[in-house]
Amino acid sequence: MDIRRSMLYVPGNNPGMLQTGGLFGADVVVLDLEDAVAPPEKDAARDLVSRALRVVDYGRAETCVRINSLDTYAGQDLPAIVPCRPDLVILPKANCAADIRRLAQLLDRLEEPDQKPIGIMAIIESPQGLAEVYDIARSHKRLAGLLLGAEDYTAMVGSLRTKAGGEIAVARSLLTNAAAAAGLQSFDAVFTDANDEDGLSKDTLLSKHLGFSGKAAVNPRQVKTINELFNPSAEEIAFAQRVLKALRQAEKEGSGVASISGKMIDAPVARRAGRILHLAKTLGLVKGEEE
Amino acid sequence: MINAIGRDIPEYIDGFGPVRPFRGAFAAVPDPAAYAPPLKATKPGHRKLVSTLEDLFKHLRIESGMTLSFHHHLRNGDAVPNLVLDTAAKLGLRDLSISLTGVFAVHAPLIEHIKNGVVTSLRSSGLYGPLAAAVSGGLLAKPVLLHSHGGRPRALKSGELKVDIAFIAAPAADSSGNISGLVGPAACGSLGYAFSDADRAKAVVAVTDNLVDYPLIPASITQNKVDYVVRVDSIGDPKGIVSGTTRITKDPVGLNIAETAARVIEASGLLKDGFSFQTGAGGASLATAHYVSRMMEKNKIAGSFALGGVTGYLVDMLEKGLFKALYDVQSFDLESVQSLGRNQNHIEVSADLYANPFNAGSLVNNLDVVILGATEIDTDFNVNVITGSDGVIMGASGGHPDTAAGAKMTVIVTNLLRSRQSIVVDRVITATTPGETVDVLVTEYGLAVNPARPDLKERFADAGLNVRDIHELKRLARNMAGRPAKIEPGGRIVALVEYRDGTIIDVVRAESR
Repeated sequence: MDIRRSMLYVPGNNPGMLQTGGLFGADVVVLDLEDAVAPPEKDAARDLVSRALRVVDYGRAETCVRINSLDTYAGQDLPAIVPCRPDLVILPKANCAADIRRLAQLLDRLEEPDQKPIGIMAIIESPQGLAEVYDIARSHKRLAGLLLGAEDYTAMVGSLRTKAGGEIAVARSLLTNAAAAAGLQSFDAVFTDANDEDGLSKDTLLSKHLGFSGKAAVNPRQVKTINELFNPSAEEIAFAQRVLKALRQAEKEGSGVASISGKMIDAPVARRAGRILHLAKTLGLVKGEEE
Repeated sequence: MINAIGRDIPEYIDGFGPVRPFRGAFAAVPDPAAYAPPLKATKPGHRKLVSTLEDLFKHLRIESGMTLSFHHHLRNGDAVPNLVLDTAAKLGLRDLSISLTGVFAVHAPLIEHIKNGVVTSLRSSGLYGPLAAAVSGGLLAKPVLLHSHGGRPRALKSGELKVDIAFIAAPAADSSGNISGLVGPAACGSLGYAFSDADRAKAVVAVTDNLVDYPLIPASITQNKVDYVVRVDSIGDPKGIVSGTTRITKDPVGLNIAETAARVIEASGLLKDGFSFQTGAGGASLATAHYVSRMMEKNKIAGSFALGGVTGYLVDMLEKGLFKALYDVQSFDLESVQSLGRNQNHIEVSADLYANPFNAGSLVNNLDVVILGATEIDTDFNVNVITGSDGVIMGASGGHPDTAAGAKMTVIVTNLLRSRQSIVVDRVITATTPGETVDVLVTEYGLAVNPARPDLKERFADAGLNVRDIHELKRLARNMAGRPAKIEPGGRIVALVEYRDGTIIDVVRAESR
């Protein structure tokens, strides 16, 4: 599975930031045509974003465009964006499974035959979207992940948005559960105060502990913290190494059951260990022979 | 003739004279004959206090054709050159030569004095504001001499620059001529650029708006060097002199560059006990200090000294014990002014001690690392800090060439692209600092190492830093920004760029239209 710890939003109407978006180590660079761009600037931003996708080298980052919602400008965004071959598009205001299928149809129609299919990420940011999140998660094979849009969601529910995030606890858990059930990645909402480094660290650790695969960032200065906290910790890596070693040992001895400190290693624990070590190896946190 | 960095410089320049071309950063040897001003005798009871500048001009018999000098510690709040030159104009003086260590927007009235023939010659470390544009357009018949901070005390000591009257803006002075920058409405901290003037000018005048009871303690320029004290209403506007607090940048690209620069310093092997360091007050330079500071704290490194224009950030590092001493030639903010007054390890130094290449050893020679900026850098690592990409003067040599020559490692930090222009070019429009003294360029797209330093290149690669060839960085920028139209100012010479040793490294020409 692709490593997506951090997704950095870059305003689609800001040439300077479109040019430098790939420099901060974000795993996914999201060129934003939606909330960052006021309606009168949508046309100009569409031009800038397509130009950036063709010209700017985003290095190792995946490229992604947050298009406008299906009931606003998505119909104009997609014909401009799809030929520029981003890796992903983000659909905001995903309310039901039909939304995803509609977007997938549009992509089917617009992609060239030789084009690598563009993946879809869906933002769940309405009470209806959250109520239908499991259906959404299972809606289409293009779907790669779910994002939580906490600002819109709390506004629509009428709850107070706080840094502690008690008001989105259930939304977070429903979303990670639906994503896990459908084999998708899940991404937590942005932490909006770019100057509160401590707050970002706390919120990101919470995201990780709740099972999110990664987190969105509104400011390039947030990327490093998010990446570091989503990296497997030294303890996690050491434990995963012990798990795999015990499994190999058990296999060699022809035993069907492996255990660590008297605790049996079941299949989910083994899978998690494999995932952590894969991540650690890809990120260069362990060398090949240390496996 | 072609100098050592391939610049075509005339052998003789009208309004300047014969030209010694730049031959290499350490090639020039000084003429052993030093210059000293005439001795003078002062009898007990002599009164130095003069009530107006006009009276002073009469007492000192200031005449047309003389050379007057000023320091720029009051930066964009400075009132003194304007007051003195208004007086000169009123008294009908003409053809004055001015040595002002830095020119800011506040000095715009000089333009009128030049137009009216009151001032006909100018030296400075650099020009900002309206006068910069006017000089670039050919305001002065004689080319302006642009010197480095270390080159100026050299010229004063050698007699290449002979000052008749040094006007020293004094935030505090007593009636016998003791001077301090620490207190008063126009407090500016260090007076480092004025020290050599106090030593070498034929006559020295303290201009103050803050006359204190005798004796002024502590004094940084003492009464044995000062002939007269003049009182004026105000020597400057505090708002233009020191900023409240200098803060590190929040610009993510600037922070990215600064963090890489700090990792470069760590990987160089120089960041260990006894480490010495200079950085500017600009956003990215200051941010580099921030990251270096964190590394020093984490690894418990006890540094030796920090140097240069001083900010509150360096004061914090001194107070945390990260450095033993802070050498201050210019104080940029209130924190550094206050610290200079209270901390005995925060030391006021002259431009001579700071950076003069022709003495028994200036502080820049003890620097491990200096972090510097650039308006342009070329693929030979020559740096421009004087003209913009349009060839118009907009900056200063300052201590740039001095620290680059002195430090064990010189790091240039800059955005690769600025306002749609590549900062890496084939050939800088104006060379101020020769590539042989520049080791590393750090940009947001990676860093490049001078081929003369394979040792550093290897260390950086081992540390996993993104090391690229400087030509590759240039190509990268061109791919994004395109190739700009060539600017080749071909008009007459409006300024000479003097290297710290007194040779000419480049000239600035007016744009030919």
